[in-house]
Amino acid sequence: MITLQNVRKTYGGEVRIGPLNIEIPKAGITSLIGPNGAGKSTMLLMIGRLLKMDEGRIRVANMDIARSKSNDIAKILTILRQENHFITRLTVRQLVGFGRFPYSKGRLTKEDEAIISKYIDFFGLTDLEHRFLDELSGGQRQRAYVAMVLCQETEYVLLDEPLNNLDIARAVQMMEHLRRAADELGRTIVVVLHDINFAARYSDRICAMKNGQIAAFGTVDEIMRPDLLTDIFETRIEIIDGPYGKLAVY
Amino acid sequence: MSTHAMHEAEIGSPPPLAEPRPERNRLITVPFVLAVFAVIALGAVSLFTGVYDIWGREDGRDMFFITRVPRTIALMLTGAAMAMTGLIMHLVTRNKMVEPTTTGTTEWAGLGLLAAYLLVPGPTLVMRMTGAIVFSFVGTMIFFLFLRHVRLRSSLIVPITGMMLGAVVSAFSTFMTLRFNMSQVIENWFIGSFAPVQAGRYEHLWIIVAVTLITFLYANRLTIAGLGEDVATALGLHYHRLILLANALVAVCVGVVAAVIGNIPFLGLIVPNIVSMIRGDDLRSNLPWVCLTGMGTITLCDIVARVVIMPFEVPVSLILGTLGAAVFILILLRQRRSGRVR
Amino acid sequence: MSALDVGYAAGCGAETGMRVRRTGAFRTRRDARRYWLLLCLFLGAGVAAVLGLILYNQPVPVDSPSFIPVVKRRLTSVTAMFIAALCHSFATVAFQSVTGNRIITPSLLGYESLYSFIQTSVLFFFGATTLVRFTGTGAFFLQVALMIGLSLILFGWLLSGRYGNLHLMLLVGIIIGAGLNSVSGFMRRVLSPSEFDLLQARLIGSVNNADAAYFPIVIPLVLATALAMFLLSRRLNVLSLGRDAATAFGVHYQAHVILFLVLIAVLMATTTALIGPMTFFGFLVAMLSYQAAPTHDHRYVLPMAFAIGFGVLTSAYFLLYHVFHAQTVVSVLIELFGGIAFLTVLLRKRSL
Repeated sequence: MITLQNVRKTYGGEVRIGPLNIEIPKAGITSLIGPNGAGKSTMLLMIGRLLKMDEGRIRVANMDIARSKSNDIAKILTILRQENHFITRLTVRQLVGFGRFPYSKGRLTKEDEAIISKYIDFFGLTDLEHRFLDELSGGQRQRAYVAMVLCQETEYVLLDEPLNNLDIARAVQMMEHLRRAADELGRTIVVVLHDINFAARYSDRICAMKNGQIAAFGTVDEIMRPDLLTDIFETRIEIIDGPYGKLAVY
Repeated sequence: MSTHAMHEAEIGSPPPLAEPRPERNRLITVPFVLAVFAVIALGAVSLFTGVYDIWGREDGRDMFFITRVPRTIALMLTGAAMAMTGLIMHLVTRNKMVEPTTTGTTEWAGLGLLAAYLLVPGPTLVMRMTGAIVFSFVGTMIFFLFLRHVRLRSSLIVPITGMMLGAVVSAFSTFMTLRFNMSQVIENWFIGSFAPVQAGRYEHLWIIVAVTLITFLYANRLTIAGLGEDVATALGLHYHRLILLANALVAVCVGVVAAVIGNIPFLGLIVPNIVSMIRGDDLRSNLPWVCLTGMGTITLCDIVARVVIMPFEVPVSLILGTLGAAVFILILLRQRRSGRVR
Repeated sequence: MSALDVGYAAGCGAETGMRVRRTGAFRTRRDARRYWLLLCLFLGAGVAAVLGLILYNQPVPVDSPSFIPVVKRRLTSVTAMFIAALCHSFATVAFQSVTGNRIITPSLLGYESLYSFIQTSVLFFFGATTLVRFTGTGAFFLQVALMIGLSLILFGWLLSGRYGNLHLMLLVGIIIGAGLNSVSGFMRRVLSPSEFDLLQARLIGSVNNADAAYFPIVIPLVLATALAMFLLSRRLNVLSLGRDAATAFGVHYQAHVILFLVLIAVLMATTTALIGPMTFFGFLVAMLSYQAAPTHDHRYVLPMAFAIGFGVLTSAYFLLYHVFHAQTVVSVLIELFGGIAFLTVLLRKRSL
């Protein structure tokens, strides 16, 4: 369980995020949605300790994020940002191998190698494992990054806009992979998404944010309501029943 | 703040280009007039600061016109020139930490002077000036070329790279001076000072007036060029010609000053930054203010340089180099606190 | 396992299926083999040049009683080359990885400006006799301590706390250096030509500046620092992925960055005080070693950088002294090549 208590963050005196109070339960996929500047990424980065909060407390699996040792946190929680540039050229396998760092400190054991292979296979990158990242397509590269953080085998996985720059086919593929990671590997995944319909189709819970506050949090059916979404996005949004569940039309 | 957000912030707040702002567009305002008077007062102080007794001595009047007047004029012209080069470079690169010192342009000018000495034994001032201008132009071009095709993750990379480039060029200059035994040339250039200025030695600085006029005429277009090739072309401008023009303006200013006075560090950085801190980012209407503040700052520094160890004087570049460094760091820290630097 | 197998990743291609899947530092066996070959080549060149520097053109025969003193004197410069190569190569590679930027060098942090500021002000305030005497162990360690101290203040001030920012710290370091340069430039202007010449010899890096009296302390210090860096190179691998990734992997980013910067400061301060400033030597070496060691893994990049640095420095000295009889100071020439390399890399970079 991820618990936020009165978490606040101020940027340059103008933008205020919080107070955020939320309990994200274990297992399944939770999507963060909301208009630009609502504070989705800020909240995710604060949970992932990439951004310091000004006030409040965040606990992940009963560990205080601000007080625990970074390496201990890295065994229960990982985070991937939307843009990653590395100065060194890495192969897919080397990249995924970095996910084992919290355990092996860079000395990969046989078990580590087996786990690395498992996630490379899981994301369908087996034939590409010795390619350099800059030789891959955008979708493949994104899968490699996600494979890297899953390879860390943490209970909680935070992803900041993993569908950014992916076309529809790659985006669907990515969400299918995440769904399987949640179902088959029992991970708790928190993901920032821009597309309401992707969130509705693939997540278990949706947290909607607006103006630095949590506007609504609940199951997909609880959130996919026309009045609620219209209010959050300040655009008229209707909900219809599609073949895979509810669809937002705007 | 993420780098992504930073780019957005930078792109999201362009200087108001065509917005009508009557009170800003009017040049002659009360503060401006006051500032003009302040600079004139500083100029007067400069005229009457010095060891030589121009009132008591018989040839005081001559000395006044041979050294004091030229020195003060040189100060005004140099101040305006160096502050303006900073502004032009800010306009074109949209980076407030870019100026001749942080792009290596100054070091290229020094190398140009050296080249003049190598090619022609005992070069005239015009030859040295030409060398400095040509080399500054090439150097600035190289830097702009680099800026154009590189994707930057932090705006701070730009001055860091520029100063690296400057260090490369000055390493090359050092090599040449050692090889041909001309260390003093570079050392004398490196220390910019107004002490040797007198009638007959500074008149080339008047070129700066022409550069200033051209800059005033083209300021709007240069601002648009700063938005990038696509925007400039969409608005019907010849992007490459504008970049060449900006380059040429910078190179002429830096080259002339390098040949006549020497190295004047950081002025192009601190003056436009201070002006935009006070007046906001409307770069176009800041131009007269930048010239004026540049004149005032350098004159003040030169007066301090003349007074601080009287009857001797320290070169103004020492004052500007240390003071400028301090102000630069303060500006950086201020931006850091407001979260604008990442 | 043979040496050639170390760090190689399972080959790709036809034999998939039977192979053991491993994560190595190199992509293919060929890359790994090429790495070891080049490493040996550079080390070999270094050793050959060292032998040449010591034995070639000996003024006295082997059986002469003055043979050993001559060798000893020459060994001093060779040792200085070893120290310079080790310091600059390790410091630059680590610095570029920590800062995530491959076109900068730690010389930028102002060590050289501070060094020349110290040297110039000694001459300026106390005169030539003091400068000539300003060489004892005390003076040497005073300079090293000052340089390390200044960088610690800089790191502590600008890297810790919530506004900690690596690029900002770098830029401030450069600007402080520029400020110091203008002060020392002014002081130099006041010097007489003879004093100026005396100073200039000190301000241009040369292994002949090195004094063997410092070696008993300098060598262990440098070796220990370099060893620490090498042992921590797995962490350096993670740091080079940047702040976010390193934090996600449980590495305390800020603490590690400061740790590495301290190690870098020790190396840079020591070599600058011992030999003098060499701004672009490290850059040249680092650039060449990324070409020669096609891997992200610093356990391989660092030794290669040292091998290249040592090979380049010793060969350059040997060639210029004994083959070309060039009077030009070697380090100035190396600086020149480093500078040209910098320009080339700068104009070819797509992203920074």
